[in-house]
Amino acid sequence: MTSSGELPINGNGDVVLVRQEVRAAALEAGLSLVDQTKIVTAASELARNALVYAGGGRVRIEIVRNGVRAGLRLTFSDDGPGIPDIEQALVDGWTTGNGLGLGLSGSRRLVDEFDLRSAPGEGTLITVTKWAR
Amino acid sequence: MDRVPVLKLGDILIVSIQIDLQDQSVLALQEDLADKVVQTGARGVIIDITAVEIIDSFIGRMLSTIASITRLLDAETVVVGMRPAVAITLVELGLSLGGVRTALNLEKGVALLNHLDGARLAVAPR
Ligand SMILES: Nc1ncnc2c1ncn2[C@@H]1O[C@H](COP(=O)(O)OP(=O)(O)OP(=O)(O)O)[C@@H](O)[C@H]1O
Ligand SMILES: [Mg+2]
Repeated sequence: MTSSGELPINGNGDVVLVRQEVRAAALEAGLSLVDQTKIVTAASELARNALVYAGGGRVRIEIVRNGVRAGLRLTFSDDGPGIPDIEQALVDGWTTGNGLGLGLSGSRRLVDEFDLRSAPGEGTLITVTKWAR
Repeated sequence: MDRVPVLKLGDILIVSIQIDLQDQSVLALQEDLADKVVQTGARGVIIDITAVEIIDSFIGRMLSTIASITRLLDAETVVVGMRPAVAITLVELGLSLGGVRTALNLEKGVALLNHLDGARLAVAPR
């Protein structure tokens, strides 16, 4: 780990800020333009989910290393209601709101590593990583 | 909240998105466009996303919704200037932007609208 920072997600403006900070970090990690675009899009989905379903949360942005490879890791956490059925939440089109149900499943496709931990009443923790090629 | 300006050029409305879109700005744009289409009787809307760095599910859904709304109001929407990285990401995210017409740039967007209008005139002169 070479650098890290944490950002609050408490309003719509914060979702925009998260996208901008993730873009800057992705550039610093050496991700290609397409990979930058993918992880910024995933970050936008996960930040909005934290805001909409948990009333807010935070994201830690870290540049990580695996041998010679650099990558970008984002850890979203919130203290919201949690997700009762994680498998179901990851199905394309599943939504309890009025979205398209693509945020979680789509984000998983856009990154290299995706880890979701959640339980009812215990909030949600999602870690995603994208490695430079 | 920043509002995206809507410009009128002949009977086409042009929206050029130059800011990092916040959800409220997206919703406001939807309403502004619907109002303007009716006010001006525009036959087409061009949304220029040349400067847009990402489209997530919210913004993508907004583009589909705007296309549906303007179609009901007798105006076609064409989205122009999508970056290649954005297109690749959208497909992987799982968004097809159903019902949204696209063109590579503003010029081709205008040509597409003229073509569509020509086809419409041929069927039902007005
Ligand atoms: N941080 C969270 N806390 C609690 N529930 C969540 C959280 N994130 C997602 N969920 C649940 O998982 C479901 C699926 O989320 P996902 O982002 O895939 O779709 P969506 O937000 O409903 O629609 P979209 O993101 O396509 O606009 C949500 O409807 C919600 O019930
Ligand atoms: Mg979502």
